[in-house]
Order: sequence, then structure tokens, then C-alpha cells
Amino acid sequence: MRPKRQRLLIVITGLVFIGAAIGFALFALNEELDVFRSPSQVAESGFPEGKRFRVGGLVEDGSVSSEGIVTTFRVTDGAHSLTISYDKILPDLFREGQGVIALGTLNAGGTFEAQEVLAKHDENYMPPEVADALKKSGHFKPEGGDS
Amino acid sequence: MHRFANPTRFLRLAAAVLPFSAAVAALCLGAGLVWGLFFAPPDYQQGDTVRIMFIHVPAAMMSMGVYAGMAIASAIALIWRHAVADLIAKASAPIGATFCFICLLTGSLWGKPMWGTWWVWDARLTSMLIMLFIYLGYMALWQAFDDQTKAARAAAILALVGAINLPIIKFSVEWWNTLHQPASLITMSGPKIHASLLWPLLLMIVGFGAYYLTVLIYRVRAEIHMRRTRMLRLAQADRHAAMQAAE
Amino acid sequence: MSWGGSMSEFLSMGGYGFFVWTSWGVGAVLMIGLLIQSIAAARSAAREVQAIEQLSPRRRRRKADAE
Repeated sequence: MRPKRQRLLIVITGLVFIGAAIGFALFALNEELDVFRSPSQVAESGFPEGKRFRVGGLVEDGSVSSEGIVTTFRVTDGAHSLTISYDKILPDLFREGQGVIALGTLNAGGTFEAQEVLAKHDENYMPPEVADALKKSGHFKPEGGDS
Repeated sequence: MHRFANPTRFLRLAAAVLPFSAAVAALCLGAGLVWGLFFAPPDYQQGDTVRIMFIHVPAAMMSMGVYAGMAIASAIALIWRHAVADLIAKASAPIGATFCFICLLTGSLWGKPMWGTWWVWDARLTSMLIMLFIYLGYMALWQAFDDQTKAARAAAILALVGAINLPIIKFSVEWWNTLHQPASLITMSGPKIHASLLWPLLLMIVGFGAYYLTVLIYRVRAEIHMRRTRMLRLAQADRHAAMQAAE
Repeated sequence: MSWGGSMSEFLSMGGYGFFVWTSWGVGAVLMIGLLIQSIAAARSAAREVQAIEQLSPRRRRRKADAE
């Protein structure tokens, strides 16, 4: 039987190794998934047509329109905005002012054709009446999907 | 602590606790169910899907809490050779794994209507899935050894090593850019949930905790009896062999 | 009470009935199932240990000491 200290040392070494492994795995996944560009970055770097990437931002007020099954809206980060078109069912949380992440490609006309649109929500939960009261009194913190 | 290393004493204590934990679990889960489904208001953004929170959040918290308990019991068993701690850890695993599975499943059922997807490989969801696999690996490791002492040691080391995943789960929503929301309940500036939704949630969390304690007592009881049966069987076999050798 | 009193309105959960009821349903089934399985395991383990202790009543003391 090994002494207590040695056993502890083995456990701690194992902990560090597994921690590093999980960390690296998550970091790699993160690179894959979560690097989404803002409309400003797209405007500046001018992404090539046909290359798949993610765009994230807030849905611009009054920009949502639909034509048949295709919904068109603009996503903004305050400085720039990008027009996105999507031909599938939007998540129920999708609305003006909401944070969204879209995966898709830029077409020749500069419109982002999304294959997937995901909606973000923040950590605040309250009944509708409370939200209305807060909005009236001006204490409402506008939700910034990905603030 | 060493007082409870005696299985008989532990069983006596457990029998005294059981009626209370069972009563608290039944009351809180019952009240939480009625409050959460009938009386709690819908959320201003997420409507009635917020009722999934009353299962999802307690399951998530308890799956992490049970894991923490399992890791602590494993450390006690490993370092001090405590005779009941390894059984507590072993008995906790299926309960924690069930909570973890419920959390992932209800999260998926919540994500589909709100986010627009059943699953996404973001840091929170991925680290939670890793915890489910660690739970399953831990349970498999116990089964992999014939010698229960060796099994206990190997499983305890796995439980301790896997504990590193706990802070990763908790802080994943801050360290990485996740689709999953940041913490609503345990935050530096207090809960971000309105009282009308917070109270039923707290009831459910207490209910889940008491449920864990109740089921844990039954499972540890089973483990203690099974260990004693194994030892008596071995002794019987030895006696039998000795008798045959004498003939 | 946040419901207009109608049962179908309650069951529909604002259109999210499937998601809400499946979450609660699966959660309840799994937790009740685990509880029942645990109680049954504790009972059968207790029966087994009793049976084997009766097989070697005189040896009990010595075995308990060996533990």
C-alpha cells in the first residue's frame, strides 16, 4: 500500500490531465461553433461568396418582412447591418430586438442566405405584466441577446 | 465522521432520517408541481415553456451537487479507507446520472421551440454531456472488477479526476460564447428570476435534494446488505473447502 | 391562477404542450422508476442477507468480527 501523500499526488496529477483534456476539447468545439462574425466584420472584410460562416447580432426594429415562406430581416451590431433571408421556420423567440445567430452564405447580391437561424435569450425571467411595468417606469434593461 | 464508518450505525442513522427526507421530498415536489404548472405565470419572452425550467434547473443543479458529493465521498474512501463512504459514492452515481439525463433531455425539449434547435455543441451543453459520460463510466468501472476493493479504488480515482468538469460546467457560460444563457440563479448580483417564478423553482430544488437523500438511503442500504452477503458467502465457501480438505 | 379555467387551454400550454408535458412526464417517470427500483433492491438485499445469516447462526459473531 502506498503512503497517503503519494496517492493524493497521483489523484491530483490525473485531475490536471483530465482538466486539460476537457479544456482543449471544449476550446476546439468552441472554435468550430462559436466564432460568429458581426455585421461590421462582414462589411469590412467582405466575405467571399459561397463560403459558409456565422453572423450574429440583434434583429433590427422594423426590418422583418416575409414573402411566402422566405423571411427577410436585417441583423445589426449598431454600426453596420446585414440583410438575411431564411426559408425555414424561425424559432419562436425570434423577434425584433432579439439576439440571433445565423449560419449560411453570402450571395452575389450581398444578402446572407441562412441555412439555420438560432435565437438567444438572456438570464432574466419575469411575468409579462412585470416586464410592461418595468418598461413604463424606464427601469427595463433591454435584452441584448449576446451582450 | 469515523463514527459513521460503522455500517450498522450508519443504517440506524439512515433509518431515522428516511421518514423526514421522504416527507420533504413528497411535499416539495407535490407543491412545486402544482405551483409550477398551475399558478406560476408564463415568462414575458418564453411564454409557457418557462415551466420546463422547474424540472430542468433542479435536475442540472442536483446532477452537479450529487457529483460533488460523490467526489467528496470518493476522496474520503480513498484517503481514510472509510467503510461506508465508497458505498455512498457508488449509490449516488445512478441518481446523479438520472438527474443529468433529465437535465439534457428537458434542455433539448426547451431549446427546440426557443432557440430553434434540439442540440448545439456549445460549451455548456458539451460539458454537461461529458458529465453524463463520466457518470456512466464510473458505474461501468464498478462492474468491471470482481474484486470490490479494487473497483472502489479505481472508481474513486475516476470520480475525483472527473470533478474538474464541475467548475467547467458552471463557468462555461462565462468563459465561452455559448448559445446557452448565463446563470439566472447563482449570480453575484442575486437571482435574475422574478419572485413569482423563483419560489416554485426553489421548492422544486429542495424537493430534488430531499428526493436524492431518500433514494440514496435505500441504495446505500442495499449496498451494505449486498456487501455483507458477499462476505458471508465467501466465509461459507472457505468453511466448506476446509471441511472437504479435512476429510 | 393564470388559466382561463379551460382544461384544453391548460393542456395546450400556449402551444408548447408537447415540450412542457414531455419534460415533466419523462422527469416524473424516471424519478419514480428509480425510487421504486431502489426500494426493491434494498428489500431484496435485506432478505438475502437474512437468509444467509440464518444458514450460519453460530458463526455470526466471528464473521462480524472479521468484517
